[in-house]
Amino acid sequence: MIEFLNALVLFSNFVLVPALAYGSQLALGALGVTLVFGILRFANFAHGDLMAFGTMMTILVTWWLQAAGIGIDPLPTALLALPFGIAAAILISLFFDRAVFAFYRKRRSAAIVVVMASIGVMFMLNGIVRFVIGPDDQRFADGARFIISARDFKTMTGLDEGLTIRLPVLITVIVAVVVVAALFWFLQKTRTGKAMRAYSDNEDLALLSGISPERVVAVTWIIAASLATIAGVLYGLDKSFKPFTYFQLLLPIFAAAIVGGIGQPVGAIVGGFVIAFSEVMVTYAYKRVLEYLSFEPSGLVQLLSTEYKFAVSFVILVIVLLIRPTGIFKGRVLQ
Amino acid sequence: MRSTIRKALIGSAGAAALLAAATAVQAQEVKVGILLGYTGPIESLTPAMADSAELALKEVNDSGMFLNGETLVGVRADSTCIDSAAATAAGERLINSDSVVAIMGADCSGVTTAVANNVAIPNGVVMISPSATSPALSTIEDNGLFFRTAPSDARQGQVLTDILISQDIKNVAVTYTNNDYGKGLSDSFAGAFEAAGGSISINAPHEDGKGDYSAEVGALAAAGGDLLVVFGYADQGGVGIIRSSVESGAFDKFALGDGMFAETLIEAIGDDLNGTVGSVPWSEGEGADAFVATAEAGGVDPDGSFRRESYDAAALIALAMQAAGSTDRAAIKDHVLNVANAPGEKILPGQLGKALELIKAGQDVDYVGATNVELIGPGEAAGTYREYVVEGGEYKTVQFR
Repeated sequence: MIEFLNALVLFSNFVLVPALAYGSQLALGALGVTLVFGILRFANFAHGDLMAFGTMMTILVTWWLQAAGIGIDPLPTALLALPFGIAAAILISLFFDRAVFAFYRKRRSAAIVVVMASIGVMFMLNGIVRFVIGPDDQRFADGARFIISARDFKTMTGLDEGLTIRLPVLITVIVAVVVVAALFWFLQKTRTGKAMRAYSDNEDLALLSGISPERVVAVTWIIAASLATIAGVLYGLDKSFKPFTYFQLLLPIFAAAIVGGIGQPVGAIVGGFVIAFSEVMVTYAYKRVLEYLSFEPSGLVQLLSTEYKFAVSFVILVIVLLIRPTGIFKGRVLQ
Repeated sequence: MRSTIRKALIGSAGAAALLAAATAVQAQEVKVGILLGYTGPIESLTPAMADSAELALKEVNDSGMFLNGETLVGVRADSTCIDSAAATAAGERLINSDSVVAIMGADCSGVTTAVANNVAIPNGVVMISPSATSPALSTIEDNGLFFRTAPSDARQGQVLTDILISQDIKNVAVTYTNNDYGKGLSDSFAGAFEAAGGSISINAPHEDGKGDYSAEVGALAAAGGDLLVVFGYADQGGVGIIRSSVESGAFDKFALGDGMFAETLIEAIGDDLNGTVGSVPWSEGEGADAFVATAEAGGVDPDGSFRRESYDAAALIALAMQAAGSTDRAAIKDHVLNVANAPGEKILPGQLGKALELIKAGQDVDYVGATNVELIGPGEAAGTYREYVVEGGEYKTVQFR
């Protein structure tokens, strides 16, 4: 029994908990991508850098709050600064929408043209972030780091294996659940949410029934920017903030959105967890877990070595696109 | 009609005169390419490296002793550190459109090999890299054009082995950044460590700039070992691996390669880094002290990876040109070793003016520089390494090897 518990703890510590946190962060990111795609009908490549921008503004406010001695210990100060970061991200999103995307929307340009424009916006945001805060790694997490550390867990339970649960992980999961619940309530129950879904289903019909397109577009950007900032800040609290990494996050986020079914909010969440869990589970070496379960494996029992970790998400992506191009939850097909 | 022709003639004559004047001005300026990864995985290291190189160029200019009063101008280009195609294009631009006489760079081993093979060697342009350390670069067919002020990692693998064996550590897990640098260093370390009687439980690569390293750490922890050896970058995957290891309780002691040496690593990890050992190319003595003084006077922070090597690389280019007595690309390569090695008057950072004067007077110089430059074999630094241990949140020197 003890052996089984050890195996379980080991598995949780290296697979379950990390994948849960990473999956929540990907899910929040993918939710923003999928929403923009569903309503504005283009794949927004600037999303990763929008995350970086919102997080940067949050960090700047966090530093200011820390200097002023305002905090909510043991919770990280960044949570207090988050609304300011969200506000800044919303402002810059609306600005880029007016300055760039509105032009193409009016001309009803092909989706690929708008996607290219979003790459341009991506580079602009990229530049702004590096210009303001620089390319370096920034740590802004304060407050308590651990709810339970591996060492404490061992002394508490007397097991050989430790389990670490970090505060940022718990915050990530809780915030993700709350945000997703709020988003679904908004989309299903409120008048604006319904208008957005109508606009997403059939733009012309929605216009005929008197839905204001400007309003729908603005609300979409407000939600997308909020989600991006929340995802970015949670990610930064858990790991650290570095503009280059946020740019790289774009790939797994898109994979998550497409696997889940692009344009489908539920799909984005499921996709995020599918990508995160498959990356971690396929590359984990099960040697010690199996040893606790009284097998005697000779090798490391690793399905794929970790350098193929990213291949895993793309293999899933390719399989999904081949077998079920709409993704798990019947989203649209990317054109 | 006639008057228009005359006007046109006068006009073109005027244009030709202007052009001549422009080339005359250009002849006063000698361009040196500074090819580093201003974007990409090591973008946080490169600005200071470029500043250090430009500091050497400025020192040469300020002395007024360079050739016939020409001034050196650094032209920056982005090697990206990882994208060989982009680095090759940048090298091409430097050589063909900026007409640089030599290149200080590139930085990461992979792009350096690409630029050397694709552009620099075919065009006969000297490259002096401050930071490409892959052992593979010792054996490229460089026609005597490629040099480096950084030592090959073949040596660092041995140095790290010595450090670990002396502490009676015999079983380790290894992770390296998945590029030419990481692979080269981990191979050299694995060879040396196993030859010394150690065993390596797992030797797994990690990708830089990724979001999450729990999968890598999970695999490393499953294989186990006395400690984790990390050959990565301090502001990249390396720090992610260490953070994830510490927080999940997978490893509590680390041994680090040179790419991991940075103050930011201590800031990022904190007390958990105490007890970590590592090696980094370093130099002590008057050369290093002189560099600190020169850099501080020039407004460059002297403390950081590859800043000394960058200064030395740029200084060597200038001195080799002076020794060649021309800015001809082909003439430079024959003089790099002459100015770098004995015999001759020893030259420290801040004494470039004196060196130029001596060379002009026909005397030999032995450029010691910030890193005790001594180019061996195919033109690479012999290298001394600093063995350090992290104690109380600070890097403490144990000894030099």
